[in-house]
Amino acid sequence: MSKILIRGAKVLGGEPQDVLIDGEIIAEVGTGLSDEGTVVVEADGKVLLPGLVDLHTHLREPGREDSETVLTGTRAAASGGFTAVFAMANTFPVADTAGVVEQVYRLGQEHGYCDVQPIGAVTVGLEGKKLAELGAMHESAAGVTVFSDDGKCVDDAVMMRRALEYVKAFGGVVAQHAQEPRLTEGAQMNEGVVSAELGLGGWPAVAEESIIARDVLLAEHVGSRVHICHLSTAGSVEIVRWAKSRGIDVTAEVTPHHLLLTDELVRSYNPVYKVNPPLRTERDVLALREALADGTIDIVATDHAPHPHEDKDCEWGAAAMGMVGLETALSVVQETMVATGLLDWAGVADRMSVKPAKIGRASGHGRPVSAGEPANLTLVDTAYRGSVDPAGFASRSRNTPYEGRELPGRVTHTWLRGKATLVDGKLT
Amino acid sequence: MQRHLISAADLTRDDAVLILDTAEEMARVADRPIKKLPTLRGRTIVNLFFEDSTRTRISFEAAEKRLSADVINFTAKGSSVSKGESLKDTAQTLEAMGVDAVVIRHGASGAPYRLATSGWIDAAVINAGDGTHQHPTQALLDAFTMRRRLVGRDAGLGQDLSGRRITIVGDVLHSRVARSNVDLLHTLGAQVTLVAPPTLVPVGVHTWPCEVSYDLDSTLAKSDAVMMLRVQRERMNAAFFPTEREYSRRYGLDGLRMARMPEHAIVMHPGPMVRGMEITAEVADSDRCTVVEQVANGVSIRMAVLYLLLGGNEPAVTHTRTTEEK
Ligand SMILES: [Zn+2]
Repeated sequence: MSKILIRGAKVLGGEPQDVLIDGEIIAEVGTGLSDEGTVVVEADGKVLLPGLVDLHTHLREPGREDSETVLTGTRAAASGGFTAVFAMANTFPVADTAGVVEQVYRLGQEHGYCDVQPIGAVTVGLEGKKLAELGAMHESAAGVTVFSDDGKCVDDAVMMRRALEYVKAFGGVVAQHAQEPRLTEGAQMNEGVVSAELGLGGWPAVAEESIIARDVLLAEHVGSRVHICHLSTAGSVEIVRWAKSRGIDVTAEVTPHHLLLTDELVRSYNPVYKVNPPLRTERDVLALREALADGTIDIVATDHAPHPHEDKDCEWGAAAMGMVGLETALSVVQETMVATGLLDWAGVADRMSVKPAKIGRASGHGRPVSAGEPANLTLVDTAYRGSVDPAGFASRSRNTPYEGRELPGRVTHTWLRGKATLVDGKLT
Repeated sequence: MQRHLISAADLTRDDAVLILDTAEEMARVADRPIKKLPTLRGRTIVNLFFEDSTRTRISFEAAEKRLSADVINFTAKGSSVSKGESLKDTAQTLEAMGVDAVVIRHGASGAPYRLATSGWIDAAVINAGDGTHQHPTQALLDAFTMRRRLVGRDAGLGQDLSGRRITIVGDVLHSRVARSNVDLLHTLGAQVTLVAPPTLVPVGVHTWPCEVSYDLDSTLAKSDAVMMLRVQRERMNAAFFPTEREYSRRYGLDGLRMARMPEHAIVMHPGPMVRGMEITAEVADSDRCTVVEQVANGVSIRMAVLYLLLGGNEPAVTHTRTTEEK
């Protein structure tokens, strides 16, 4: 493998530096590095970050290859600057055995656009009745450490307790989709002023908050670690903040869309805005940004949820829930967190690479940009501004809420262990 | 007037008064030996009902036929709408058939809005009830009934409902009728009070242009009209209230309660009435109860809406008389 010299990049947003990649690792970081025998990438004031890591991606393979495959999903990830994604277990069949997780893991390795770390189901078939073979999935070639019934809540308190206890044996974490099922029967959108007017079934904040409150207490009681998926309300932030102050081992994620969009958009009845948990209010959005900035919320995760056109081109009630997010995540974070002064680029690297890798135990990712580290890197043209055009997405699905919306920032290059997966905005 | 009628909230005061006045003209047609106008001859209107509602469909059909439109009834009940493709597919079929207006009833809130705004179809869309969202022609016929009874048939022309006090009682949470009425009555200048047990009032109601009370008895004496909503018995099983009897005792309208209303006050119900729980037979059969009038008024209102949406530029009545003289 040849040497690559990234010249004049603002590493983590700092002063321009040169970064020399040799093979799979970063050989040198400094100023005025020699370009002899290298392929030069003129970074010209662009920001260089460690490759992004997404702890919450839906790749749909196996089972719904019409929405996304491991190949199209990892190409979308590389386009968005990601070098590792954690693939959720709600596939068909469900990723609840060593066989399924190994298949997904291997596909990721074969395609080579992005490391795919499968997430294992907590319960068999996501049915909440019986623990899946968590140990076997951990011991498989996929080395699963994150377990989640995402899409569904592990709502049975005893089941949740057992899962939390069980994964302690191998340092696993249970990632909870916090949604009290009885309180959200028939739920279509955030319960509040807008749902009252539109006559759409309400998804109350308390349905999320009550589960989070219960789970942090369970985690404390059994001395385990719990991760909260796509936290979406101001009340949830307060509970997590309280739990952390008490020393409970809880981490939490927020999606880009919950940092930017509100339930006012549902007035359009356009199902592109239908997502679970639902878009909340302005007050929630501001609380989430604040919490991501102060570290109460640890990471940004996309909840990339591809759906084919026909599942969204219909009336609201019949539409599937979810949005694609891999290719717009960094832009939305720049818009909501960097442009607002809440985070600097080092902070973005922390929330979108370092911490998610740490929570998921992806040891080769989220590393410092320094000599000797794996060359998982992302180069961002932060001065760019342009409107989102889903026609250019690498994802097989186009269900983005940002179509036609102007957002800042564009990932121009992505390197996975020294191999370019994205060059000048084009996939290799 | 806009091209579609999706929500009562979309109507301005002047739009609403124009519809009521036009409906007054339309009502005269019903008094004639031949109850038909040639106004919409050659226009095709589809009644697209994804949810069963014989009353509403027949009312629209009567209105369409009195205006001489060609009517197609499409009942999608039983066809699978779970994947949601059928609305779009059906819309495109209708578009291909050159339909001028679609009257749609759908179980999903927002379906008519989607139909009108998604580019699937070019026809005018009239919402005949969507989920728990809106039922604008119901609100219009209710307002029409109130104006006739409280202001007067001829005296009402050009008038709104300023200063009238309307109480709406029952399952507000699941009621498109309540939502539509709150919007329209507010636009028409009336003061609305919603009365229900707290379990049947939506979170977020505080932003609506109305008052909310949990106590029926305290509102009766100052109501010009009391509108009783239908309460479905299955709500009881979902713990919205403890028992049918308790609901009746606290929120049902019986003779005793009716006696506390002012002399001129009327009792309304969108129908069909379930006698016993929300309204007693004594009240339902009294001459203060306008249920039967509401049904008749529904046809006049729907004629007016169809006429105005499908390009009625001249006053309906002038048009009517000229064609009649031929
Ligand atoms: Zn989820």
